[in-house]
Amino acid sequence: MSSRKIRVLVAKPGLDGHDRGAKVVARALRDAGMEVVYTGLRQTPEMIVEAALQEDVDCIGMSILSGAHMALFPKVTELLKKEGVDDILVIGGGIIPEDDIPALKAAGISKLFGPGTPLEEIVEFVRNNVKKA
Amino acid sequence: MSADKLVEGVLKGKRRSLARLISMIENEDPSADEALSTLYKHTGKAHVIGVTGPPGSGKSTIVARMTAELRRRVRTIGIVCVDPSSPFSGGALLGDRIRMQEHTLDSEVFVRSMGTRGHLGGLARATSDAVRAIDAFGKDIVIVETVGAGQSEVEVVELAHTVIVTDVPGSGDDIQAIKAGIMEIADIFVVNKSDLDGADKKVTEINAMLDIAPNMEDWRPPVLLTNANSGEGIPELVDKIEEHMKYLHESGTLETRGLKRSREELEKLMEYKLTRELLTKLQGTREYDEAIKKIAERKDDPYTVAERLIAEFLVKHRE
Ligand SMILES: Nc1nc2c(ncn2[C@@H]2O[C@H](COP(=O)(O)OP(=O)(O)OP(=O)(O)O)[C@@H](O)[C@H]2O)c(=O)[nH]1
Ligand SMILES: [Mg+2]
Repeated sequence: MSSRKIRVLVAKPGLDGHDRGAKVVARALRDAGMEVVYTGLRQTPEMIVEAALQEDVDCIGMSILSGAHMALFPKVTELLKKEGVDDILVIGGGIIPEDDIPALKAAGISKLFGPGTPLEEIVEFVRNNVKKA
Repeated sequence: MSADKLVEGVLKGKRRSLARLISMIENEDPSADEALSTLYKHTGKAHVIGVTGPPGSGKSTIVARMTAELRRRVRTIGIVCVDPSSPFSGGALLGDRIRMQEHTLDSEVFVRSMGTRGHLGGLARATSDAVRAIDAFGKDIVIVETVGAGQSEVEVVELAHTVIVTDVPGSGDDIQAIKAGIMEIADIFVVNKSDLDGADKKVTEINAMLDIAPNMEDWRPPVLLTNANSGEGIPELVDKIEEHMKYLHESGTLETRGLKRSREELEKLMEYKLTRELLTKLQGTREYDEAIKKIAERKDDPYTVAERLIAEFLVKHRE
């Protein structure tokens, strides 16, 4: 009767106050049967990682519009590494210039979704790429 | 992860071991039972506080404020927040953490969100074992926030030492709903959003109801006013919680409740395990499908078949 559920932390790092996009994604993941912990606005990378550990999530999804992605996204993966965590999928979304993507991927952000990405695409990606047994 | 490793981590205060154990409890992983049975002797120390009340009445905000006040009093805290899972998708949006951000980086506070996964009664099936795991982990106080409750979401009373029922000023209609169910389980009433009109009136109404309610214990639930946004009334609430703790100890209520709870838990566990055992033996067998078909075709009746299957199961197990 064991029933594993995919758990996702949806967070909004940085100082911009728009979380509509993050909420839409959170709802889509819920409707796909996942448990979505939503932590709200203005999260620091430290807060995101700590919440992800306490909640034992399979995936961290972050959305950012302010352009601070190059500072904040890699900081999250760095902190995870410091904690010895290698089984949490990290994805990002928001307005991210094409040129920044290789560096972010190299830093361990598995996928970056631009504005207007179909929600099914995000759901499918999470479903197919979570790492925990 | 093996049960032994997990137990070791939890007892050493490793939060990731605790977090993983709670997931295994939620997923009904057999290793979780093994871990819990080893951890059992390390539990029974934490004071468990339940917070229940209508959706949006400010439960999460109150929990966050209470936590801040309890931290000032040097208590360590675990929090379990339960939100409803969608009956259609099985997914859940767990949003209570939003109000608890200020405690995220406090290593003495552990917060866990949980979907009900189809369980009724205001909690998840995993909630009470998760509380137990946090107890073994060593937190002084565990706070459980139930789903936004109506009258049937009263299961928290089985698990909490102190139950706080929240309400807000406004129509007297919802007091009827409260009266039916949650009224009886409250150890402390909180009328939150005291900044809104009608707060005093609500306090009077609840007190009037308490005047006519049959009083089972020597503890009369106090009715407090809070403004969880500003924090007003929160120290008084925490004072009352501590007073209630003291009352439970001194009156012997804690001991009586402990016995009652152990009995209920044992019986529930036996019922659950027995049913599961029986059904895993039966489901998928041709004989079982045949029996169901016969019932549907009115060639047999469910009363007789249930008796027979259980009798056969018990006989087989005696050998
Ligand atoms: N005016 C006023 N608003 C408050 C007060 N306490 C909480 N709120 C607001 O009420 C709303 C709901 O608060 P929550 O703490 O999320 O309520 P809840 O009972 O946990 O909600 P659910 O978990 O969804 O059932 C938020 O917008 C809070 O800011 C208060 O004392 N006064
Ligand atoms: Mg809440």
